[in-house]
Amino acid sequence: MSRPSFIYVTYINSTPEKVWQALTDPAFTRKYWVNHRNASDWKVGSEWKHEDYDDASQVDIVGHVVEISPPRHLVLTWASPKDAKDPDKLSRVTFHVETCGDGVRLTVTHSELEPDSPMLSGISRGWPLVLSSLKTLLETGEPLPSLLVKKAKQRS
Amino acid sequence: MDAVFKALADASRRQLLDRLHAENGQTLGELCTGLDMTRQAVTKHLAILEGANLVVARRRGREKLHYINPVPINEIAERWIGKYERHRLKALGELKRALEGSDE
Repeated sequence: MSRPSFIYVTYINSTPEKVWQALTDPAFTRKYWVNHRNASDWKVGSEWKHEDYDDASQVDIVGHVVEISPPRHLVLTWASPKDAKDPDKLSRVTFHVETCGDGVRLTVTHSELEPDSPMLSGISRGWPLVLSSLKTLLETGEPLPSLLVKKAKQRS
Repeated sequence: MDAVFKALADASRRQLLDRLHAENGQTLGELCTGLDMTRQAVTKHLAILEGANLVVARRRGREKLHYINPVPINEIAERWIGKYERHRLKALGELKRALEGSDE
């Protein structure tokens, strides 16, 4: 297996079940992931789509569920819809949820990214923001203000 | 957050983070190449960066690969910069870069 491109870790004062819900439940993702949802029936081999919560025709990312073991482990393939059939442009994201003290350690690993691709630069900006916002939402009940600003801009 | 500020308050550690930003997932040996630091010093700095969750190490076979983890830096940015007029600071930062020809 090739070296992963990125590993993101955040410690969240929460439970594995809540973190899992935050990753897979549309009502949760819309709050911290720029009004998007991760739509799938969450079975191995099923398709998943990262789409606008209010307009499912706006799909940003597509892929398949490779492994799933709630509330600990989720592996997805990941591509822009236009590149979904190109194996060279298909990357892989692993979510790993571990109990750590009284909280949770969430590790997101993004691998098999095409070098110097727009996807690589996009995710390297996006993941830290999304994960900080997820942490803030679970710990305070409110997402990061900067993602709310983005949402307001998109809607106007 | 104290651990993150302490870890960042050292030029050698910031240099290591810059090198991982330029090329993520390096071994200790790769990180030491071309650096004016002993292997022991790099090991020590990496341990402090790991302790602050700014670097994540992952074993792959015999190798230990080091990854920059920018999530805590983003948290600092949100907490300490985001709420104080980010846009005006960005404009000032760009002006400084343009005048000095560098982002240091």
